[in-house]
Amino acid sequence: MSSPEFSDGESPAEKVTEVSGTGIPVRGNDIDTDQIIPARFMKVVTFDGLGQFAFFDQRFDDEDNEKDHPFNEEKYKGANVLVVNANFGCGSSREHAPQALMRWGIDAVVGESFAEIFAGNCLALGIPTVTADQEEIEALQDYVETDPDAEVDIDVAAETIAYGDTVIDATVYDAQRKALVEGVWDTTALMGANEGAVRETARSLPYVPDEHVSETAAGDEA
Amino acid sequence: MSEGTLYDKVWDRHTVTRLPTGQDQLFVGLHLVHEVTSPQAFGMLKERGQEVAFPERTHATVDHIVPTGNRDRPYRDDAAESMMAELEENVRGSGIDFSDPDSGDQGIVHVIGPEQGLTQPGMTIVCGDSHTSTHGAFGALAFGIGTSQIRDVLATGCVAMEKQKVRKIEVTGELGEGVTAKDVILTIIGKLGTDGGVGHVYEYAGEAIEDLGMEGRMSICNMSIEGGARAGYVNPDETTYEWLKETDAFEDDPEEFERLKPYWESIRTDDDAEYDDVVTIDGSAIEPTVTWGTTPGQTAGITEPIPDPDELSEEDQDTARRAQKHMRVEPGDTMEGYEIDVAFLGSCTNARLKDLREAAAFVEGREVDDDVRAMVVPGSQRVRDAAEAEGLDEVFKDAGFDWREPGCSMCLGMNDDQLEGDEASASSSNRNFVGRQGSKDGRTVLMSPIMVAAAAVTGEVTDVREMEEVATV
Repeated sequence: MSSPEFSDGESPAEKVTEVSGTGIPVRGNDIDTDQIIPARFMKVVTFDGLGQFAFFDQRFDDEDNEKDHPFNEEKYKGANVLVVNANFGCGSSREHAPQALMRWGIDAVVGESFAEIFAGNCLALGIPTVTADQEEIEALQDYVETDPDAEVDIDVAAETIAYGDTVIDATVYDAQRKALVEGVWDTTALMGANEGAVRETARSLPYVPDEHVSETAAGDEA
Repeated sequence: MSEGTLYDKVWDRHTVTRLPTGQDQLFVGLHLVHEVTSPQAFGMLKERGQEVAFPERTHATVDHIVPTGNRDRPYRDDAAESMMAELEENVRGSGIDFSDPDSGDQGIVHVIGPEQGLTQPGMTIVCGDSHTSTHGAFGALAFGIGTSQIRDVLATGCVAMEKQKVRKIEVTGELGEGVTAKDVILTIIGKLGTDGGVGHVYEYAGEAIEDLGMEGRMSICNMSIEGGARAGYVNPDETTYEWLKETDAFEDDPEEFERLKPYWESIRTDDDAEYDDVVTIDGSAIEPTVTWGTTPGQTAGITEPIPDPDELSEEDQDTARRAQKHMRVEPGDTMEGYEIDVAFLGSCTNARLKDLREAAAFVEGREVDDDVRAMVVPGSQRVRDAAEAEGLDEVFKDAGFDWREPGCSMCLGMNDDQLEGDEASASSSNRNFVGRQGSKDGRTVLMSPIMVAAAAVTGEVTDVREMEEVATV
């Protein structure tokens, strides 16, 4: 075994200051990750191709006939701003959920509120999860439904959503906003730069044996 | 902001530095790995030419896709076989310990960590699985992470996190007969909502919690995430230490136990700690509790009426209407008498030895209803072996239960154990989401292990307190 290698701290993450495009509404509170991507589609070792399975059981019946769902509607083809309601993404920690949405074409999710792990997983993919009040979200959903080709502009830094003549005050939680705007959402690179401090912290913990931490223990001496 | 809680102390001890995002970089004391959420993370690591930074602080098992019947390799399901092969290659190539099915230690990740003594108080524990909150029962800070964060932990031994608020949930009084930890947590989620815990960590305290054994505390912490709280914990005490003494970590090393105990004591919440929020729940008023809907927050005591959606708060009304339509239940009715087709006793919430003992004690001398298919899926090979040594497997089999090999099984239907069509299941698992148990028309009623046993016997949701004891000779 070779000695543990840390990243050099060079961050490949891009800045995500704004997302513009057309919207797609998926209505309902408490839409869980089992609905976003049913577990049977997670029997894979890559995330490739997951986009086609987004909301699968809401989109297709037992005979694979299409059901009524925004993700099936022609008018939302090409949409990249998903507009949802409260507690979206609750349930499991599966990153497969935002991966499926991203691979379907979603670049940003706007909603009343998000489950925490889901929002964190979105950040890891550079997808902002933007929140606004219930009335404003519902108005945006109505607008997008009526005019699916209209542009929706999310300004991550200014925390606003603009459509038509309307500008909504929105919220992007602090850590996410900073990470996206400054392009520091690749946390592997960020944290890898602090290797020495990590080892120091690990050594200070009574339950971590020294041999699990020391750089030579992993085989350098051999 | 909270001050002096276990959460504050464990957080501070593990903080490496403040990141430019405003998040803290936390050292991870134990990283648990399973086959479903890790392969892409190992893939990303390889792409970047990096290696696992702290393999000795990492432990793997296989649970989600593993068959609970025939386990001959290659598995009959090609997808399951390829996931297993990928995991084997990833962990063996990285020097990570692997509780594989040949080891006798395999099981659900949240069962094996505590039983092997990997889980200890005052640790930070992560896993690509939302039920990682389970390990909080030992006074660890434990939470689920996504696959990109798994990559972070593999590469750096750390996660980037924002500190959260701490809500103390004090459950007072003594639990009644037939009332278990599962009923307590279903009641808590029912009261506070599925998103009530977002932005919070839950500290469970009070007489009813302190009286619980470790299995019960694990059931409660396990479902923290169903209430929106990413982590939940119980302060370590003598109950915790008694469990730890018996584990692999300390059974032959009492000196190590004594060496670490002062640390465990030091991270307990201070008497004068400050919380962001305190909620008190009367434990003596809790009934056997079940879900009537399709979120774990849609719960009712067994004698309580299913609510009228119109009388719920506005944001809960639509979800409740959809749920009642899916479940085919009516407001005003109780869940008692709801017919079931399947009884599932298993999952990381309730498949430990104590759960099986309690259910077996009820089942002994009774028979599974003719119209019910009932199965027991032990949480781990060690649980299975211990149960078999006590003859619990025979009790279950004699009653008509299927006795299976350990895994996540019908909790999420990633192997062959699935609901079919619109079957209704009485389930000791943690999620009743539409489609969760493998059939999108399937109906799940969450409940405690003894309530599952009672439902298996009667063929319907049953108040276990109403069942007469079976005379044993």
